[in-house]
Amino acid sequence: MTDAALPLAAAGAAAPAAERTSTGLNSRKLLFWSFIGSECMFFGSLIATYMVYRGRDTTGPFPHDVFDIPLTSYSALILLVSSLTMVLALSAVQRGDRRRAPLWLAATALLGVHFLANQAWEFTHFVEKGLKLQTNLFSCSFYVLTGFHGTHVLVGTIWLWSLFTLAVRGKLPPGRALDVEVAGLYWHFVDVVWIAIFTLVYLIH
Amino acid sequence: MESSAAIAGAAAPARSEGGLWSWITTVDHKRIGLLYGVTAFAFFVLGGVEAMLIRIQLARPENHFVSPETYNQLFTMHGTTMIFLAVMPLSAAFFNFVVPLQIGARDVAFPRLNAFSYWVFLLGGIFINLSFFLGGAPDTGWFGYANLTSTQYSPGHGVDFWAVGLQILGIASLAAAFNFIVTIVNLRAPGMRLMRMPVFSWMTLVTSCLIALAFPVITVALVLLLFDRMAGTNFYVPASGADPLLWQHLFWLFGHPEVYILILPAMGIVSEVLPTFSRKPLFGYPVVVYSGIFIGFLGFGVWSHHMFAVGLGPMADSFFAISTMLIAIPTGVKIFNWIGTMWGGRLELRTPMLFAIGFIAMFIIGGLSGVMHASPPADLQQTDTYFVVAHIHYVLFGGSIMAIFAGLYYWFPKITGRLLDDRLGKWHFWLNLLAMNLTFFPMHFAGLLGMPRRIYTYPHGLGLDGLNLASTLGVFGLAAATLVFMWNVIASWWRGAPAGDDPWGGATLEWAIPSPPPEHNFATVPEVHGLNPLWGAHAAEIRALAVTPRGPIHMPRRSFWPAVSALGVTLLLGGMVFGWWSGIPGLVITLLGIYSWAFQPAHEGGAHD
Repeated sequence: MTDAALPLAAAGAAAPAAERTSTGLNSRKLLFWSFIGSECMFFGSLIATYMVYRGRDTTGPFPHDVFDIPLTSYSALILLVSSLTMVLALSAVQRGDRRRAPLWLAATALLGVHFLANQAWEFTHFVEKGLKLQTNLFSCSFYVLTGFHGTHVLVGTIWLWSLFTLAVRGKLPPGRALDVEVAGLYWHFVDVVWIAIFTLVYLIH
Repeated sequence: MESSAAIAGAAAPARSEGGLWSWITTVDHKRIGLLYGVTAFAFFVLGGVEAMLIRIQLARPENHFVSPETYNQLFTMHGTTMIFLAVMPLSAAFFNFVVPLQIGARDVAFPRLNAFSYWVFLLGGIFINLSFFLGGAPDTGWFGYANLTSTQYSPGHGVDFWAVGLQILGIASLAAAFNFIVTIVNLRAPGMRLMRMPVFSWMTLVTSCLIALAFPVITVALVLLLFDRMAGTNFYVPASGADPLLWQHLFWLFGHPEVYILILPAMGIVSEVLPTFSRKPLFGYPVVVYSGIFIGFLGFGVWSHHMFAVGLGPMADSFFAISTMLIAIPTGVKIFNWIGTMWGGRLELRTPMLFAIGFIAMFIIGGLSGVMHASPPADLQQTDTYFVVAHIHYVLFGGSIMAIFAGLYYWFPKITGRLLDDRLGKWHFWLNLLAMNLTFFPMHFAGLLGMPRRIYTYPHGLGLDGLNLASTLGVFGLAAATLVFMWNVIASWWRGAPAGDDPWGGATLEWAIPSPPPEHNFATVPEVHGLNPLWGAHAAEIRALAVTPRGPIHMPRRSFWPAVSALGVTLLLGGMVFGWWSGIPGLVITLLGIYSWAFQPAHEGGAHD
């Protein structure tokens, strides 16, 4: 959303990136925004499936039997904080702060790992309470929705960790801030999806 | 690879490099367009052969040419092939070849991603068709209604091949859609504002947006199906309280935009052909563009008209009936604009023009029967009968395919530098038009007499014998027409009349450059001052500039990794049919491909960044 003429990076555009685009928007960023638009329909369909099947089960466990709202609220907080550290990481890279950039990138990735660990603990706990993937409509629509979200967090965590290793070796100069910005777009999107899931699946009964 | 021509000298012709390796590693949008076109045409012929087998079976009542099981596989694969492997990628062939030329770009925004899309499409198409040899093709219809697709009713691997194959093809379509959105939004020539863009490029943009928003919905529908089949979940299992209508809603929420994904590029093609051969600018350009956008937008609000028969209730039925009828308005506007374009023009009835006019006529017939089943009471009579089969073939064959042929005759000289033979072209057109009507028109009557779709035979004495025989004879006419076309392509490619830069006197930028275009398209990207740049005051200046280099030209370098990544993705997803462990080799290849891709510079040298 800021200056468009950032040098070329890994994914590579057709023209040398210094070349002006018709809109002034960077092509990689625009590609990513289109991808996020598509992802909205993906998660929208999964959430709609969950909502359509809510309350149709005649055999439990039901949502209120298994949900642990304080724990999940904590998970939501972790993701929200990770969005903050993501912003700080991007800012550090843009300023060329070679000390703080790897720090904030690692913090963001580790918060992602923390979220995933919570989710793994939550899933295990649910299975112990008798909620397997195949148990009822709630279980399959819940696990597939939150599982796909968790997979997105996992991909983002690996991505951020790769950026961290680059930053540590000093290979993330301000000229490559776009690499971090695009990863940030993805990370914030995954965060926003979680807010929707947390509200619609966990909080509304 | 290291020796590949990264900086295209002004003298180096585009097709000087040959050989299989140059095609596997190409990132040139024109070569990828050609690959799309040839591959999709091969699948079109395959889908046509499947249609012929269907029609031979239906030629006589109580026929036993194929078994009921084979018949189910044939109509499923005919629909799947024609929609996902023929019409969509034939449109993609034009997106690839024509759009960068029309908007004044050197390539698409992400050339390697573009190569990746093609290879995934090719491998996904092969994957679905492998099912014929690996335990039977899918046999549940191209729409795969739940719960016929459950393991209980479809125990074989056919449905797995279908569901996984569509996921693979979806990746190709989505990657291409993102690429073309960025290309059209960002890589236009100086001065080419959105409302100065050729209608075909506009319709490519709208279609790409529809793909980006509709394909994730079928992805979810198929993911749920695959979970049901492979992990034992209950998404479409009524015994567990599930509603199989969930599939229908998700499928048609994708499926109806898909209809516009198939027809909007066709509308774009005829919007280029008609003005050129009427020697008049398109009548009401902004209205044609806005109508196309409006059709794309409304396309997401009409899906349940495919589901009137399930009984959604009067409110839902009324809503979807009205929204469906509403689509007739922008469509009608476009038809009047095309007629208005021809009105008072100096019509030149060359082959592309004939196909474009044929498109209008046939599409009107298909549109009229379409409005009929927008009305729920009428639809209840027509649904699942041959009346609907007649409708879809008038819009998809009479519409999309006729327009694609118009486009092929129109742009073939630009692609190859040679004209297709006009006399053979006219034979092709008239045979095609007559045979098409002989095939599909009687289906209206068969349908209204109550002949159901997707049933392998019918009893004698219902008044259906003659109608079916006529349809079957028509299919042989269509096959003959297609053979004439294939002969024309082969003969003209070999020794057709040289086309020159601009054989038709076209208005858009692709006609300012040599045929076939050099690898870098435009030596200097010209500035555009209005709609129809080559018919405007600056035409001579644009033509001169387009072939005069000013400064170095950077071209993307060739890459082997998009093809490797595509192979990996296909093996990874395809392997899932046989258990998760069989996807592991695919995963390794995918990671290798993507990692090598990410660390290979997109441009040779890169010193001029």
